[in-house]
Amino acid sequence: MSKNYMNPYLAGFLLGLLLVATVYITGRGLGASGAIKSITIESVNSLAPEHAEGSKFFKEYSATHEGTALKSWLVFEVIGVLIGAFISGLVSDRLNFKIEHGPNIGPKVRILGAITGGLLFGFGAQLGRGCTSGAALSGMAVLSTGGIVTMIAIFGGAYMFAYFFRKLWL
Amino acid sequence: MGPLVPDIISNDLNFIVALVIGVLFGAILEQAGFSTSKKLVGLFYGYDFTVLRVFFTAGVVAMFGIIMLDHWGYLDLNLIYINPTFVGAAIVGGLIMGLGFVVGGFCPGTSVCAAAIGKIDAMYFVFGSALGILLFAEGYPIWEEFYKSYGYGGIRIFESLGISQSLFAFILTSIALLAFWSTSIIENKINGVDKPAVRFTPYYLGLAAVGIFIAISAFMFPPKKAGLLELVDNKEFISGYEIEEMTSDELAYRIMEQDKKLQIFDFRPYNEYKKMSLPNSISFSIDNFFEKEPNKLLNLRHRTNVFIANDETEERKIAVIANELGYENIEILKGGIPEFQSKILNFTRISEPKNKVEETTFRFREKASNIIPEMIKNNKPAGKVEKKLKRVVGGC
Repeated sequence: MSKNYMNPYLAGFLLGLLLVATVYITGRGLGASGAIKSITIESVNSLAPEHAEGSKFFKEYSATHEGTALKSWLVFEVIGVLIGAFISGLVSDRLNFKIEHGPNIGPKVRILGAITGGLLFGFGAQLGRGCTSGAALSGMAVLSTGGIVTMIAIFGGAYMFAYFFRKLWL
Repeated sequence: MGPLVPDIISNDLNFIVALVIGVLFGAILEQAGFSTSKKLVGLFYGYDFTVLRVFFTAGVVAMFGIIMLDHWGYLDLNLIYINPTFVGAAIVGGLIMGLGFVVGGFCPGTSVCAAAIGKIDAMYFVFGSALGILLFAEGYPIWEEFYKSYGYGGIRIFESLGISQSLFAFILTSIALLAFWSTSIIENKINGVDKPAVRFTPYYLGLAAVGIFIAISAFMFPPKKAGLLELVDNKEFISGYEIEEMTSDELAYRIMEQDKKLQIFDFRPYNEYKKMSLPNSISFSIDNFFEKEPNKLLNLRHRTNVFIANDETEERKIAVIANELGYENIEILKGGIPEFQSKILNFTRISEPKNKVEETTFRFREKASNIIPEMIKNNKPAGKVEKKLKRVVGGC
């Protein structure tokens, strides 16, 4: 099987059509960080219910969401992403456990970077009301000002900071 | 009319839809190469602009697709989720995400995708994101005020910039094409590749042709609504069109009987409707035909929908539009509201009845002219037809 990636313009075209279909069917866009948020919230709710009760953030969340946090659109969507990506990896023969890291760092530094980067992204996605999928891509599709500002800030920020972290990648 | 949730697709079925959409989303991301951090951060070091190509193409295609669906009347934009704008939080949150991107090498969607094919670093990134969300939740009182400041609601970018939607779409497309071209040159330079940056292969020309077609159909062809409005300006077409008429007497009778099967749609300007409105009538406008929630009323079964306005030609035009849009059981009030007023509301005998039938009619009208004005006085106008303003809850 081929390990080649799809032509990026074709992939973008298909992704665009999928996004239009998503908005047409459900009235909302794609997302990702929201699912991780639901899982985090549900974990806190079940592990430390008293703590969740005393927290304003959790209260606001349960006020705007019915039922358990796991019964959310994005949780189902992200389970789909796992399945779809797995099938795609299987078909293109890309399944294997590995830690991918730049030539000048070891796996330990890479893992530390991944956790730190994830932490920043998770935090930023809460503040910015969505990540690259939920705010930037879906926001651009519906021409939301907030979504487009977030998009510019994400990519602008990444270019701004890229120089300082070049040792991680080059 | 879209969105299909929750009327055509129930909220529970929507979860299955989410799963299917997710599978396609994950497969496309993985096939595009978003499951490796090296390819993703290539964007920021200039050696691989795949992310920009995929992302920008998807954004532009989706933008045109949604504009097109709106233009042709297939999607009610009042109901879809528009990410709310909070400028401060969007900028600072975005910058933090940008930092997270170069440090961690993923964004949440791509990390899930990479984790699915076994990238251990991606699994740690997902774990890190959960920690970040937890941190945000724990410190929420500290940044809550900033998080909610500078809010503008679901404002759209062309409104913020004060330009038309078409102009913005054109500018964005130009930026995208320029970016595709210039990044290809940069990429080739950094990787030492000696190929021309833009090649017109049949493949690219094909994609471009489809893109141009979508763009044209989103703007160039007149929208359904404008086409219909033009159609009804043709007097011959209108007069030849068969529309059932309801006489003032029948309407008066059915109002007095409080006929539940009768629905009165009042197309006069709203201020006139507010001054005087028939019992159980509802204020309606041509725009309502093109909105998802209002036109539900017109689709109720076994109803007679009578359109009233200040003159019959106006009623006829509106009825033709409704008919062309596929609505059924539409009748118009013969002679419009003026005839109803003179024959029923302000009825006086100007001549002696010539025969028995006329005598009965006159008696009925006298009775109606006593009862209906009373009913009008006691009636609380139902107001404008309700638009369900509750948008879909979306976002991350």
